[in-house]
Amino acid sequence: MTAAGHDPAAAASLITGAVTKRYDGRTVLDAATLQVRAGAIHALVGENGAGKSTLVKIVAGLVRPDAGAIAVAPGQRVGLVPQHGALVPTLTVVENAVLGREPGRAGVLALAPVADALRALGAAHGLAVDPWARAGALSVGEQQRAEIVIALWRGASLLILDEPTAVLAPVEVDGLFAVLRGVAAAGGAVVLVTHKLDEVVAIADDLTVLRAGRVVRHDVGVAGHLDATTIARAMVGGEPPPRATAPPPPAATAAIALAVRGLHVADATGAGVHGVDLALRAGELVGVAGVEGNGQRALVEAIAGLRRPGAGRIELGGVDVTGATVAARLAAGLGHVAEDRHAMGLVLDASIEDNVALGREAELGAGLGGWILGRRARRALADAIVRDLDVRPPDPTLPARALSGGNQQKIVVGRELTRPALRALVAAQPTRGVDLGAQALIHARLRDAAGRGVAVLLVSADLDELLGLCHRVVVLHRGRLVGEVVGDALRADGVRGRLGALMTGAAAAEEAA
Amino acid sequence: MKPATAAAVRREAAIATVALLVAMAAGSALILAIGQSPARVWGALLARTLGDAGGVAQVLFKATPLLFTGLAVAIALRAGLFNIGVEGQLVAGLLACGVVGGALPAATPGLIAVPLCLLAAATAGGALGAATGALRAWRGSHEVIVGILLNAIVGAVVLWLGDAYLFVGESTRTADVVDGARLATIGPAGTALNTAAPLALAAAAAIAWLFARTRTGARWRAVGAAPDAAACAGGGVRRSMLTAMTLSGAIAGLAAAHYVLGYKYCYEDGVGRGAGFLGIAVALLGRGHPGGVVAAALLLGLLSHGGLVVSDLVPKELFDVLTAVIILAVAASTPMVRRRGLAALTRGARRAGLSGVAADGGAP
Ligand SMILES: Nc1ncnc2c1ncn2[C@@H]1O[C@H](COP(=O)(O)OP(=O)(O)O)[C@@H](O)[C@H]1O
Ligand SMILES: [Mg+2]
Repeated sequence: MTAAGHDPAAAASLITGAVTKRYDGRTVLDAATLQVRAGAIHALVGENGAGKSTLVKIVAGLVRPDAGAIAVAPGQRVGLVPQHGALVPTLTVVENAVLGREPGRAGVLALAPVADALRALGAAHGLAVDPWARAGALSVGEQQRAEIVIALWRGASLLILDEPTAVLAPVEVDGLFAVLRGVAAAGGAVVLVTHKLDEVVAIADDLTVLRAGRVVRHDVGVAGHLDATTIARAMVGGEPPPRATAPPPPAATAAIALAVRGLHVADATGAGVHGVDLALRAGELVGVAGVEGNGQRALVEAIAGLRRPGAGRIELGGVDVTGATVAARLAAGLGHVAEDRHAMGLVLDASIEDNVALGREAELGAGLGGWILGRRARRALADAIVRDLDVRPPDPTLPARALSGGNQQKIVVGRELTRPALRALVAAQPTRGVDLGAQALIHARLRDAAGRGVAVLLVSADLDELLGLCHRVVVLHRGRLVGEVVGDALRADGVRGRLGALMTGAAAAEEAA
Repeated sequence: MKPATAAAVRREAAIATVALLVAMAAGSALILAIGQSPARVWGALLARTLGDAGGVAQVLFKATPLLFTGLAVAIALRAGLFNIGVEGQLVAGLLACGVVGGALPAATPGLIAVPLCLLAAATAGGALGAATGALRAWRGSHEVIVGILLNAIVGAVVLWLGDAYLFVGESTRTADVVDGARLATIGPAGTALNTAAPLALAAAAAIAWLFARTRTGARWRAVGAAPDAAACAGGGVRRSMLTAMTLSGAIAGLAAAHYVLGYKYCYEDGVGRGAGFLGIAVALLGRGHPGGVVAAALLLGLLSHGGLVVSDLVPKELFDVLTAVIILAVAASTPMVRRRGLAALTRGARRAGLSGVAADGGAP
């Protein structure tokens, strides 16, 4: 059943051909194939950077391969919902739908019929969308729903979703899967790109595993026979690293290292926080769960000093830092692993050393009160971080841009965790888009930091990460903390369901009662 | 902007070389169209500029002010800002320098007069730069718009101040600066090359050091290349904008050393006009690196002087066209223009939600 090419079902594939793609001389896809059957849900899995997005973009005609070609069976329409949304934020959903194919006569747009069609299509698939909403005003999950409905409205018979579940709550994932099953049952084909293996096991009929640009596994008709460990081995080409576990909990008498009291932060997109109270003891690892767009960013940025709260206080080691500058907070013992490492964590064109020293120039300075850069000090720190976090390639003079996502993130984590007098670390999505090896290392370092008495606030969309690593998980919904799971309860059965319900607000009333 | 790895330097140099080759090809076509032999014109150009000491001195003379203004623009670019106000900062510096130099007691020794005049020039240019930077950092007003407006305002105010108070009689010039404030000429007799040239080179070296070896330089680069990352790192985004624009304006004003103290010995309306805008070309051609700026200023100095010395063969305007072609070729091949120039223009508009971070530079 494995081995592409010897496969009897291959003849029926809606997509044929093998493609090779290089970026900057690096082979990203190496004769990769994708064989999709009508009526089937096909999971395309692989580690971050394996080439999944590139492959589906080639199928959709958005990226041109360097060698080979991919042909889509005649009569098939490909609809790709890309990993990073493609809606124009200033246009409404219906305007996005007709972009490039505007209906109407004599230059006058006729949008109302399209809007009705979108609404009807959405209702039929259980994907509620407001066609007249401005795309930029929708949450990420809503945008994704809108993109799926638009793809269906455009008549896609081959629907490709690139990592659609990253921003959905568990129940929303169930809803999405029901939609996908419906599309497949109606004779369409679905390609689901993901790196979450439990999802693959739950829904896939067929499976393609990409590793470093090559197809290393291709299975047909495997619904019900797959197990996550086998797929994980194929993905990483060996034994996957063990998941991190929570460090021993801090003593109940440990001092409060980081506290947020009555915090309100306004936000133009509606994702502010409205009265959050949270206190972390030294050495405590607290997770913040929630569907993205429920105030995580506002919370993190207010603590980091990037946004001014409308009301409330932020305390670091018992000292009020609500009005302090970013620099003052960092000096007072705060570390911040920013959510978007490309824009916020790193200067991509600068070297690893320069990035390690980013914002720490004074501390690493050589003279004139740190005004003159201390080349030896920064090199020593860069070398230490490269060694400790196994950054590859281990050359601190390379520009950060030259590293893979996981290694880039190691630089950021290394810089933040090596701050002198670190008291509290806020880590936003620290392992998003990084490979499993780097993920394991970053988890281990967060755990070590908590072990040495640093309070760690871990904001993550990955429930496994939170459940595995944290002493306590709080749930953020519409800018409020709606629930909390502590200690052994995190390891209990049914905890995911409970957290999932909290994340969608379904359980908020019940918890509050 | 980039780490100074050999590969990066080679890439930058390659871009400038290609631009130069494109310009030479275009120039050759134009020379042919005029009915002259390209080989003869290029040969004469090189022989008459670099062939003798006088020619070299004139090239250096033409390059000196462009080096000041080019460095000024490069400093702002480093912090992600486009200092189009360099022209107004230059003019303000020239006037301040001329006025102070003319007002000093006649017997003021050079060791006092020159620094005072230069301080006045740097202060005038720097004040305009600081105003532009502050408006950008704290009010979000785009530095290009502010710069263009300030250029117009400076032009008008200088004329008014001059007519009303500063110019001598019915002329459009200030009184001569005192003898002590005059810079010595260097090089062969008959050239106006003066000690402003080594001063400009020293400024280039100092700025290269500032970029590479100081916290200020590191922060400018972070703010220019990744403003959100700079904000997250507590890098003082607003302060960096202010300091970069202030130093940029001050260096533009320092071109007064060349025009006022080394050449005209007074402020004269019209002198130095356009050197600010050419400085933008020099900075882009030099890819924002002080070393590249020196090379670019020399090249434009060569073309500018070359136009004069071969004017018996081809009209000197041909070399203005060549300069323009070089600038276009560089602009077309340089991602820096897209990133720093156009991107800067649209950044304000694109910014919403989170990315507002860099614009506000964090909580108070
Ligand atoms: N436009 C691009 N330019 C350069 N490299 C790219 C580009 N797009 C993707 N890559 C690289 O190609 C590899 C595969 O990327 P991608 O297809 O996005 O992987 P996946 O979706 O499996 O995580 C990665 O190493 C990525 O850095
Ligand atoms: Mg991807």
